[in-house]
Amino acid sequence: MEKAINITLKVWRQAGPKAKGGFETYELKNISTDSSFLEMLDVLNEQLVSERKEPIAFDHDCREGICGMCSLYINGHPHGPDAAVTTCQLHMRKFKDGDTITVEPWRSNAFPVIKDLMVDRGAYDKIIQAGGFVSVNTGGVPDANAIPIPKKDADEAMDAASCIGCGACAAACKNGSAMLFVSAKVSQLALLPQGRVEAAARAKAMVAKMDELGFGNCTNTGACAAECPKSVSLSNIARLNREFLCAKFKD
Amino acid sequence: MAKKTGKQELAEAAELVKNTVVDAVLEAKEKAEEVVKEAVKAIKGETATIDAKIPEGPLAEKWSNYKAHQKLVNPANKRRLDVIVVGTGLAGASAAASLAEMGFNVLNFCIQDSPRRAHSIAAQGGINAAKNYQNDGDSVYRLFYDTIKGGDYRAREANVYRLAEVSNNIIDQCVAQGVPFAREYGGLLDNRSFGGAQVSRTFYAKGQTGQQLLLGAYSALSRQIGKGKVKMYSRYEMLDVVVIDGRARGIIARNLVTGRVERFFAHAVVVGTGGYGNAFFLSTNAMASNGSAAMQMYRKGAYFANPCYAQIHPTCIPVHGAFQSKLTLMSESLRNDGRIWVPKKLEDAKKLQAGTLKGRDIPEEDRDYYLERRYPAFGNLVPRDVASRAAKERCDAGYGVNSTGLAVFLDFSDAIKRLGKDVVEAKYGNLFQMYEKIVDENPYEDPMMIFPAIHYTMGGIWVDYELQTSVKGLFCIGEANFSDHGANRLGASALMQGLADGYFVLPYTIQNYLADQISVPRMSTDLPEFVEAENAVQAKIDKLMAVQGKRSVDSIHRELGLVMWDFVGMGRTKEGLQTALTKIKAIKKEFWSNVFIPGKADDLNNELEKALRLSDFIEIGELMARDALMREESCGGHFREEYQTPEGEALRQDDKFSFASCWKYTGDDNEPELLKEELNYEFVKRQTRNYKS
Repeated sequence: MEKAINITLKVWRQAGPKAKGGFETYELKNISTDSSFLEMLDVLNEQLVSERKEPIAFDHDCREGICGMCSLYINGHPHGPDAAVTTCQLHMRKFKDGDTITVEPWRSNAFPVIKDLMVDRGAYDKIIQAGGFVSVNTGGVPDANAIPIPKKDADEAMDAASCIGCGACAAACKNGSAMLFVSAKVSQLALLPQGRVEAAARAKAMVAKMDELGFGNCTNTGACAAECPKSVSLSNIARLNREFLCAKFKD
Repeated sequence: MAKKTGKQELAEAAELVKNTVVDAVLEAKEKAEEVVKEAVKAIKGETATIDAKIPEGPLAEKWSNYKAHQKLVNPANKRRLDVIVVGTGLAGASAAASLAEMGFNVLNFCIQDSPRRAHSIAAQGGINAAKNYQNDGDSVYRLFYDTIKGGDYRAREANVYRLAEVSNNIIDQCVAQGVPFAREYGGLLDNRSFGGAQVSRTFYAKGQTGQQLLLGAYSALSRQIGKGKVKMYSRYEMLDVVVIDGRARGIIARNLVTGRVERFFAHAVVVGTGGYGNAFFLSTNAMASNGSAAMQMYRKGAYFANPCYAQIHPTCIPVHGAFQSKLTLMSESLRNDGRIWVPKKLEDAKKLQAGTLKGRDIPEEDRDYYLERRYPAFGNLVPRDVASRAAKERCDAGYGVNSTGLAVFLDFSDAIKRLGKDVVEAKYGNLFQMYEKIVDENPYEDPMMIFPAIHYTMGGIWVDYELQTSVKGLFCIGEANFSDHGANRLGASALMQGLADGYFVLPYTIQNYLADQISVPRMSTDLPEFVEAENAVQAKIDKLMAVQGKRSVDSIHRELGLVMWDFVGMGRTKEGLQTALTKIKAIKKEFWSNVFIPGKADDLNNELEKALRLSDFIEIGELMARDALMREESCGGHFREEYQTPEGEALRQDDKFSFASCWKYTGDDNEPELLKEELNYEFVKRQTRNYKS
């Protein structure tokens, strides 16, 4: 049920990509526990605007946990302390009256800060551009039921495909590795006959692009899957490794 | 000759001469009158009639005929032509990818950090297609008919038939891209039912169909970006369309990171920027979803059609606090197994509102399953507008079930008994989880509480059969245009229309235009039209920054939203709409004299972005109210309380309002001019929608 809490926020502020950043402290009173974390930030921003100060820049859009636009490192966890949710679906009832909450942007070499809590995740798009697709043009494709696909494979592909590209995996990883993100796409397409044709080339191209963009290596700590808001499974990384090794052996 | 003949012959000859002269004079007079009419219209700036360019022939052959006879652009010439696509949702991404695959150079813009984030991603339930995989009697004609009927006979027949026709190609395309649709144990595709249909034609990927379809289009788009055929501009917002000699030749866009206003040229401009539901502040749209691109096109001469047709979705999580930033949809697919009810007894409703009684404690005989009661044939699966109004009717009568009295139950206890919790969880698990995270109640034990919310706008920029606006070379696709859904959209049809436009319609029709542009060289963005457009945008930004008033953008937006919901929402009246117009005028004045935008214009500035969008939402709100006031009938999502049947159903006035209202911009301080596209129903007989039997 609804109650109101008072909290202290320590928020990372940084004017631009090259500027020196630092934490600012804000006091917030009477925050409804029914509000989401981002709605709490809206309240703070309204307060800042009313004091004629610049509001905090942060990424957000759908606020339904599916677009992958929101980020934020909250008390040391990507998307905060609650499991299997994005920041926009994290609610203030997960915090207690009097709490101090630390809010930072993603910290990863491949995701430079743009302003305050906003980072540039263009690197993920570049990895997809390198091979995260099936090479078919519009039109001239077979009937959708022409190739039956075992339900188990389709379901597994769907689970892998539920990745929202938010960047939490790389942000959570001590090596800054994007393996969970890459493996989710490689798995989804490798599990389906439509994507199987290019599976080897895809695995190689996407891994090469990931390395080129400055993401780190995977040492199987599992932090990525633990923090993933969509619970994308670590087994995808195993599948990616298999695909990648097979492809390399064939070379 | 006359000298040689008798008197009679002479008279006949004279008569002949006279008749010839009279005919000639009459003809000349007629012609002169026509010329005068045309001249008057030209002076008024009015086109003679609104020509939707619908191809000749029987309904089922129109699209084939069009494709067989349209002009095409050969591969060598495609390379010389640039196309701007604004938006990367289902329509924008699929169009950009398809055009690039064909060989055009595409410039693609989106406001988010990545094209994968467009709000199509949030669509949950599914996508319709007339595959008839279930052998339950579906066909292209039936999908067409259901869509026309669902839209309350206010859509264009030829467009809707084409949509139904290409629906099957979409499913094939998505499967080929690796979209993991739900499947049966035999390996074939599964379907479910949606509102307004008696067949199971909805394809789905868990409760994340929009996400999977968008990621399919995004992967096709990414492939073209990787190949260099699409140049992607993310974190860019379109701020104007540039028109040169009556043709769209580019856009002005603001780089949202640097704040710089930039100019872009193309031979044609395609806009797929979604709907304008956020005029209501609280809606199921994403925070950045806006109607500004539509208003920019409108101000440059594109007609805005049927602005008052907005869809209020019946199954959303109810409003719960003043801090709330948006509303969350619970997929319509839940109505396959969930039953909607309120208590029969007013005293039970009072206890629910006070929190002293739980829904699960009310015995079966005291529950009013009002949709099943009122609409036995379709039950809980009536179309959205019907379900929303029925919920409002019960809540207005005092039977609401939460603390605000503005909610009804969506109950799964029967489904859990019938199918088991596991099956329900497999079908709807992610939606149940989302509900639990937001409301903090377990929907497996207590029935969900839902209430209608603004979700989708059927109205939008007017386009002809080729998806071209009334400005040459300016195309509009997806939710942003007005076509196909009439006055109400059926569930799982938005995804269908977005992808139909982007994959299978626009890539054809745009060539009919571009075929005449092959000799047009790329133009410099230093042309005066570009400079003027940029200056106007800059002037608007400067004006906003200079107000330096006392109120935040959001506070004014919330105020607008309340006016929209109260007076331009589910039940509209003449008086209410007039009140809305007055109130919106006052809000406009308040906005331009008292808004405060911190920071600088030439920097990343979220408040400035929101202010620019709000300035257009205010105009859209006014246009919606104006259109709703003009349309003295009830149809689909537009419900004028003065026009209803004794049972409270929507009452159309086909003799007076069977047209698409097309509003033409006539200047900032002038009232827009109303033009009409008559909707001629050649193939379907208009009927009163009946979901009862």
